[in-house]
Order: sequence, then C-alpha cells, then structure tokens
Amino acid sequence: MSRYFSEDHEWIDVDGETGTVGITDYAQGQLGDIVFVEVPDEGKALSKGDDAAVVESVKAASDVYSPVSGTVIEGNAALADDPSLVNSDPEGEGWFFKITLSDAAELDGLMDEAAYEAFVARL
Amino acid sequence: MSDDDFEQPPIQTLPLDAWHRAKGGRMVEFAGYHMPVQYEGIMAEHLWTRESAGLFDVSHMGQLTFTGENVVPALEALMPADIAGLAFNRARYSLLLDAAGGILDDLMLTRQAEDRVYMVVNGATKYDDIAHMIEHLPDDVTLNLMDDQALLALQGPKAVDAMARVVPGVDALVFMQAAAFEWQGHDLWISRSGYTGEDGFEISVPAEAAGALADALTAQPEVKPIGLGARDSLRLEAGLPLYGHDLSPETTPVMADLGFALFKRRREEANFPGAERILPERENGPVAKRVGLLVDGRQPVREGASVLDADGSDVGKVTSGGFAPTVGAPIAMAYVPAALAAPGTRIQLTQRGKVHDATVAAMPFVPHRYFRGVK
Repeated sequence: MSRYFSEDHEWIDVDGETGTVGITDYAQGQLGDIVFVEVPDEGKALSKGDDAAVVESVKAASDVYSPVSGTVIEGNAALADDPSLVNSDPEGEGWFFKITLSDAAELDGLMDEAAYEAFVARL
Repeated sequence: MSDDDFEQPPIQTLPLDAWHRAKGGRMVEFAGYHMPVQYEGIMAEHLWTRESAGLFDVSHMGQLTFTGENVVPALEALMPADIAGLAFNRARYSLLLDAAGGILDDLMLTRQAEDRVYMVVNGATKYDDIAHMIEHLPDDVTLNLMDDQALLALQGPKAVDAMARVVPGVDALVFMQAAAFEWQGHDLWISRSGYTGEDGFEISVPAEAAGALADALTAQPEVKPIGLGARDSLRLEAGLPLYGHDLSPETTPVMADLGFALFKRRREEANFPGAERILPERENGPVAKRVGLLVDGRQPVREGASVLDADGSDVGKVTSGGFAPTVGAPIAMAYVPAALAAPGTRIQLTQRGKVHDATVAAMPFVPHRYFRGVK
C-alpha cells in the first residue's frame, strides 16, 4: 500500500484499485476544531479535483477535493456523529471516503510523504 | 522600500503583539491589526471562558475621551442614550446613528465626571466614528483618541476571583460600573462589563504596562488567554450583535432589536438622529428584525446565507452564524420579515445550494450571568 499527498492537503492510501482519502494532519491543524463533515455518497462519480466533501471548523467551511478520478465506494459514516475524529486521527479513523480509481496514472501527479513534508515546510 | 512608500497601509501591531506570539497565538489580520484568532483552539478556549476565566486583548478597539462643559448634550445629539441621567462611573451601551437612523457603530460610554465621558468604539470603525463625531460635535468639546492605552477583557464566572487577587477592590464593582484603580504605579480604568454574556471586567491600561498586567492575570490559575475566534462564538451565544455583520447603516435600532438603547427621556424629546423614522418604527414594528436561529442538524449556517419564506423566496439574510460550543449545535442571527420573527417560527435557510431548516429562538442562546450586586 502506498500513500500519496496533494497540494490541497488530501492524502490517499492506494491498495490495488481502491483508494482511501482524508485530509492531512497539517490540514486539520490549520482548520482547527472540526464540527461538521459531509462525505460523498456511495456511487458518486468524481473527477480529479472535484469537490468531494465539505469540512467545517468553528471558523469556516472548506471543500475537500478528490485527489483522483473514480467512483465512491463508501463515505465514512462515523464522521457524521463524531466529526472531531478528523482532529484526533486525521490520517487514520478520520478518513473521508473510499474510491475506486479510474486512472492510476493520476497518482504520478501527487507527492510522496517526503515531498509533502518538504512542501508543508515551505508554507 | 522607502519611508514614503505608504500606498498600502501596513497591518499594524498592538502593544501585546509579542506577548501573543510568545503564548502561541495564531495571528491573523483583523480590523487592520495583527490579532490572535486562537491559542490552543477555539472550542477549548470558548468552554474555558464559560467555566473559568479568559483574558482577551481588545486593544484594537477605539478608546476615546470627550471633555468640555457641554459634552453631555453634544454627545446626546449623536445617539439615543440618556447621558444626563447617567450617574458618574456608570456605563451604558449606545449606538452612533446617522441622520436616517442607521447604525454607524455600537459603543459603550461611561460618564466619568460632569464634563467628561469615556467611550469604547469598534476597532474597524473607529476612524470613521472619529471623523463623524468631529464633524458634528461643537468646537468646545474635545475628543481624544487614547491610542497609548491597551484594552484587556477578563471574562468568565471566575474572572472576579482572579481580577480581585491582582487588583484588590474590583469585586466591589457591579455590572456596568467603572472606577479608577492603581496597579504597580500604573493607572487603570476598570469597568465590570464585557461582550461574552459572562461576568467580567474590561481594563484600560497604559500600553507600556499591558504585558506585565497580562502576565499577572494569566499567572492566576483561573485564567487562560483567549483569541478572537472564541470571542466571536461567545458573543454569538450571548445574542450580542457584532458591528459590520449584524449591525450596519442599513439597520436601525428597532430592526436590530436594540430598543433598550432608546431611552425614555430621549424618546419623549424625539431629538436623536433618525428619531422621525425610528419612533414610528418602534410603535408600528419594523419591516424586518434581527432574530436568533437554532439550526437543525450539525452543519453551521454562516453569514451570507439566505432566509426563505414558505414559497421559497429570498426574504432575509443570515448576518452571523456558526457552531455554538456551549449550546452544542449550530446557531445564527438573521434579519427576517416581521411575520417570521416570533420565537418558535420554523424557517428555511439556503447556503451553497443546500437548504437547512431552523427555528427562530429567543436570545440569548446561553443565559447572561452578569453580576448586578448581592441580592
């Protein structure tokens, strides 16, 4: 399994044709206390860069973009009851959705962990 | 860079800038200043203030003094407050009104002496307020912007314990009462007031002593520094309007549900700006009114969202909104038509293409806990 990162602070774990998407620890830290998450429904078709989910902190609403194209398999239902999972475990239990990748070549445009860390360090 | 390169006004720093950074404050631009939006997190800071005490830096606000033999009638000509009937060292909330009765700013004023009034106005509007007042005040009233003073607010149910340990005697003040105190050789002006709905104090302190006073207050076990983010969620829960959001020149005191600021003597004299519009509006009811909203579900509905009537027509706007940590649900303030303004009325809101159900609610959302004296 490999983990990739976008410049919009999403991460995606890829296992075969299936990806699990969330927002990074850096992103949750910037957003602050998260009070609401809306994840996409199963079956929703997404293109890379589409608005895929909404995350709202006390201060502001933000869109989460899909880092790849594909079809949503599952949204993380646990976030409806406990959106603070995104703060407490952003790169684990706080995942947003799982997606079947339609074009694995899109992953080439994303960063690996070292590149993302360097990217964040420059912000 | 050169000294005469002033096309873009730079963001200004306040006396406690370094103090906030040392405390881990996340700095943002607000009202033209670098200000801390949060330290450990808005939710934790909000809840801490409601259960203990929070220290806020509100030095961006304008502290003004007005002096002159005719200061009371001169200021009364600009706002609907009864200043003549105000005892010395008592504070009152008032509204700076334009000729049409629109709200130019909301403010707190304290009558310090026969010929002297102290006033605190909003940071983002202070220079416009000063220009307006200089234009309308007679020449024998002197306006002084006290830009060498910082302003701190200590708010919360335990604020009195911490404050009285640092400045003995402040616990004798009651809500909306103020007095001069001395602390380590510095003159302080302290009022028992604030904008969170909690008991607390606002402290005007010379800029050079502000850091030491902030250190002394945060050294008390009850006190943590609190940023602008929690200040906003606290005042929203307290039902208190924020100028530039819930109040503007397009709103009147009656529309804003601030009728308590229209004092009886001033209504009878009918001689404040916009009285010919505001007094009939007070009798007949406003066309639209500021109300509180409890929003169904968990998603915050924020400033700018539309209010829909039963036919789906856009009939009003949300002016403040967010997740309320003490309520545990999203709340908002909105201007709605009179027919939809009664508490309990079910309405719909629309934001980014999504419809939210909400119920008009009496404010405050969280009861005020001001200290009005021992019963």
